[in-house]
Amino acid sequence: MKHLVSIKDLNIDSAISLLASSQELALVNQRQVKKLPTLRGKTVVNLFYENSTRTRISFEIAAKRLSADVINFDASTSSLSKGESLKDTALTLEALGADVIVMRHPMSGAAQRLASSDWIRGSVINAGDGSHEHPTQALLDALTMQQRLDLGSNFKGLKVLIVGDILHSRVARSNIFLLKLLGAEVSVAGPETLVPIEISKLGVTVHHDFDQALADQPNVVMMLRVQAERMSKDLFPSASSYVKFWSLGGHRLAGLGPEVVIMHPGPMNRGFEISAEAADDPRSAVLQQVTNGLAVRMAVLQTTLSGGN
Amino acid sequence: MTDRTVLSELDILRALKRIAHEILEANSGPENLLIVGIPTRGAPLAERISKILKEIEPGHSFESGVLDITLYRDDQDAASRQLGHTSIPVSGVHDKTVVLVDDVLFSGRTIRAALDALTEFGRPRQVKLAVLVDRGHRELPIRPDFVGKNLPTAISEHVAVNLVEIDGVDQVVISE
Repeated sequence: MKHLVSIKDLNIDSAISLLASSQELALVNQRQVKKLPTLRGKTVVNLFYENSTRTRISFEIAAKRLSADVINFDASTSSLSKGESLKDTALTLEALGADVIVMRHPMSGAAQRLASSDWIRGSVINAGDGSHEHPTQALLDALTMQQRLDLGSNFKGLKVLIVGDILHSRVARSNIFLLKLLGAEVSVAGPETLVPIEISKLGVTVHHDFDQALADQPNVVMMLRVQAERMSKDLFPSASSYVKFWSLGGHRLAGLGPEVVIMHPGPMNRGFEISAEAADDPRSAVLQQVTNGLAVRMAVLQTTLSGGN
Repeated sequence: MTDRTVLSELDILRALKRIAHEILEANSGPENLLIVGIPTRGAPLAERISKILKEIEPGHSFESGVLDITLYRDDQDAASRQLGHTSIPVSGVHDKTVVLVDDVLFSGRTIRAALDALTEFGRPRQVKLAVLVDRGHRELPIRPDFVGKNLPTAISEHVAVNLVEIDGVDQVVISE
């Protein structure tokens, strides 16, 4: 695997293999000495056209644990803000010897453009492109589900409910692709304005009522952040109405079974899409997701940089 | 393509029994030993050796572990490999005699990587190497302490160790 742009770059075998490698790396991350020599001499560039401290730090620690050199290229403080094109930036990074470019970009398809170009010889890892995909997030979510629910490689019969702003969510899209590939049942719930009509073509069940969706007894409830920065017009009447109909808290939290896993990709808007009680509940896997993100990103870096690419 | 079976099921069993005895002899007894297999096929071999050690010294419990070396290889560019499992007993490797176990000793590069990987867990008193087959063609100054069979080979030949746990059959085969 040279690039990881989309979950569609994976098949069932490579997805299971990546998750297995991630699980082993999660164990390495519990050792006293966490440093591995695997990517000695390799250069990883974090090219972030969009602010994302969490994802950037996660990729940075992952690369450093594997002994790679890491360069952070931040759009707001570099030539990118002077209007340099993606092509020229890529050519520059190539000239500097980048072996991997980890890219976050506000435009859907930007990572694909870079990966399919002849601008660079190195690998491209998509760290989120517009509302298209965020493949490492989906992998870390799947790893968390495997660990919490002791799934092994068998996702058949697992019911996952994704709630909130499906329209703008690359996290939702990548999760749907991966979970369907692994054999899980996926449903989505959100207000009509935030759920694209075409989404059912991806093989997911669509709900427009949170309580009805919960009545199906999902094993995993994944809450999505309301992405105010991507919303150009009013897509729901008011914050208080969103909380009333779409927040996980109160009676909805009380009604969840003891084995249900609550997930959120972060950063959370406490008291908005998820109540503070739900975020801090023992059923919440939010911090485990963050920890797993490190292991998954190490596995993806190792996989894209090894092999006869 | 000609296949030649050089070790049968019984030959493998005899070799492992002899290796177990030699380990005990070299260690002057069963104390402080840790048998560590290198995946894929070193892992079941290490387990078998531990079992035989226990049969020889029934009053003693022997610790064993598994050490994956994928992340320590010096040829990351050569192939994409899935990581194997690593498990070292909680008592660690400190001050123990660690016996690394692998199926075939060839270039010695796997063992170099294993020595690096082992270092992350602490400082063993001694590290020894047991292999089922030594086929020669070393590229590094590494030698085995316990050998099941010395097998002079041409570099073009391929040595395959098959084990029941993984391949359903116990045999060592050379093919051109």
